[in-house]
Amino acid sequence: MATATSSFDDPNPDSHHVAAATWGGRVRVWKKIFTTALSERLVYRGDFALGTLMRFLPIVTQIFLWWAIYDSIAASQAAEKMVESAVGGSELDPSTDAVQIGGFGFRDMVAYYLITMLARAFSSMPGLASGIALQIREGEIKRYLIQPIDLLSFLLINRIAHKVAYYAIAIAPFGLVFYLCRDYFVGGFPPPHLFIAFLGSLVMGFLIGFFLEAAIGMIGFWFLEVSSLLFLYMLFSFFLSGHMFPISLLPDSIEWFVNLLPLKYLAYFPAAVFLGKIPDEDLPMEMAIEAAWLTFFIVVCRWSYSRGVARYSGYGG
Amino acid sequence: MDDQWMSDSVGFDRETGSEWMRYVRVFGTFARNSLVRDMTFRANFVIECLSSIGWTLMNVGFYLIIFQFTGSIGADTGWDRERFFLFLATTWFINSIVQAFFMPNAEEFSELIRTGGLDFALLKPIDTQFLISFRRVSWSSLANFLAGLVIAGVALSRLATREVDPHIPTAMSVVLYVLFCMCGVVIMYSLMICLSATSIWLGRNQTLYNFWFYITNFSRYPMEIYNRGWGTPMYGFFTFVVPVLVVVNVPARLLAKPIDPRTNEEWMLVGWALIATVLSVTFSRWVFRRALGSYRSASS
Repeated sequence: MATATSSFDDPNPDSHHVAAATWGGRVRVWKKIFTTALSERLVYRGDFALGTLMRFLPIVTQIFLWWAIYDSIAASQAAEKMVESAVGGSELDPSTDAVQIGGFGFRDMVAYYLITMLARAFSSMPGLASGIALQIREGEIKRYLIQPIDLLSFLLINRIAHKVAYYAIAIAPFGLVFYLCRDYFVGGFPPPHLFIAFLGSLVMGFLIGFFLEAAIGMIGFWFLEVSSLLFLYMLFSFFLSGHMFPISLLPDSIEWFVNLLPLKYLAYFPAAVFLGKIPDEDLPMEMAIEAAWLTFFIVVCRWSYSRGVARYSGYGG
Repeated sequence: MDDQWMSDSVGFDRETGSEWMRYVRVFGTFARNSLVRDMTFRANFVIECLSSIGWTLMNVGFYLIIFQFTGSIGADTGWDRERFFLFLATTWFINSIVQAFFMPNAEEFSELIRTGGLDFALLKPIDTQFLISFRRVSWSSLANFLAGLVIAGVALSRLATREVDPHIPTAMSVVLYVLFCMCGVVIMYSLMICLSATSIWLGRNQTLYNFWFYITNFSRYPMEIYNRGWGTPMYGFFTFVVPVLVVVNVPARLLAKPIDPRTNEEWMLVGWALIATVLSVTFSRWVFRRALGSYRSASS
């Protein structure tokens, strides 16, 4: 433990604990946690970069699938036009984005998948909930009850460090793929206000992902096994976060409901902001709703942690 | 290592059973033992079944949404909704068989190499490739097979009863369908053996599953959609070099489209599927032997 070793150098260990409670001390602890987690992550960087590049491969299949779909829509629309006007409509080219489904043209759709990759890289938290549940089950969690470190801040700083390490390495493959696919971004680079909103939605998406999964992990205080619950969550989140397809493709009867859920902020929302699919007048309200969801999950997480600790009876050695 | 099953199953009377029967019986024992093991953790088994059915439902939902906007996948390809769902069911059949019978073994194989457990497999009086490919059966993966049956049943009945362009497969096409589904399984199996044999050289192959997923991803859609623009080289590569595109496409086409008006090109593709099956089995056998040849025990 970083704090434990540093207290040995300290002539007066008591004063160190006092210091940890002040802001300066806290920042020092956080910095230590961050740098440790960062160096931990950078050990396997080659594997990491290759793995990131490979993760783009399924998008290739998606591109061809959507290409074929837009093509057949264009063909059937052209055929209809022929019947209507009987003068012979010109062949619709899907690359001109004349065909739209759910507000997305073909190139939009490809750009959408690329940006959701980015958004998911921010908001996905592999092993967070199951890790917390495991710590509860094995009794390791009492470490945080004894030492002057807060479990949630510790995990959060760890995750931030992991994400920073991830982007330090993944920026090369991401950059390469986005450069190769630059033609798919019809609108070009978004105007500054959209880009700032996009960055904001990514950061909030990261935090929502963190606190949502941590809250699921807290269920471990009540039920010792959360894996089946977690699985259910993953399934819904894959389908309803927009990872599989843009939410605006859903039938209207379902779409309004999915829009009420917080899951869309994990993938769909940042991409829709970047591509300008959210009207400017709605954007502030949407961002405010996202912030409200974030606050909600922070409160739920904090509350369930303190309730959980109160009923925790410390099994394990 | 639970090595107990080996002593039960391999020590039988050699003079009575023919060589073929012997392998069938060994496989029966493997399958039974896996079932016992799966049933020991029954809740886990149920969750695994439910999870694969959930995944199926999600996929079906995705394609239902797509077909709200379009009549077919690709212009003039003929893959309309019912036919495409037959295609999807075929993917599900082949993948579930591969996942039930080969996937757990391929994963275990690299672990055997790392821990030196392969030494024991080499000593058994039975073909090593057979032993390491069929040791375990993941019964819960067959839930997807049932899901595929449901999808195929619904799609076939809708295809047969619809007003426009109805289609009832002939007995001949059903027979060919089953045959080429089996060819597809064999091609997938060979690919998996080649991939997992690389872990002998690499020491450990943890990205095996990812790699497998990315490669087989290509086989999940009608092959016509790749044959355009910068997809053409890929189309050629995955048809002729690593023949994953014929795995689902050939049987699905035989079932979903009438056999009679067929172009020569299509029949050539069917023929190629047969040749590719034989070639890939031979090649994977060769790769496996080469890999075993360079195996150096990790233990002692």
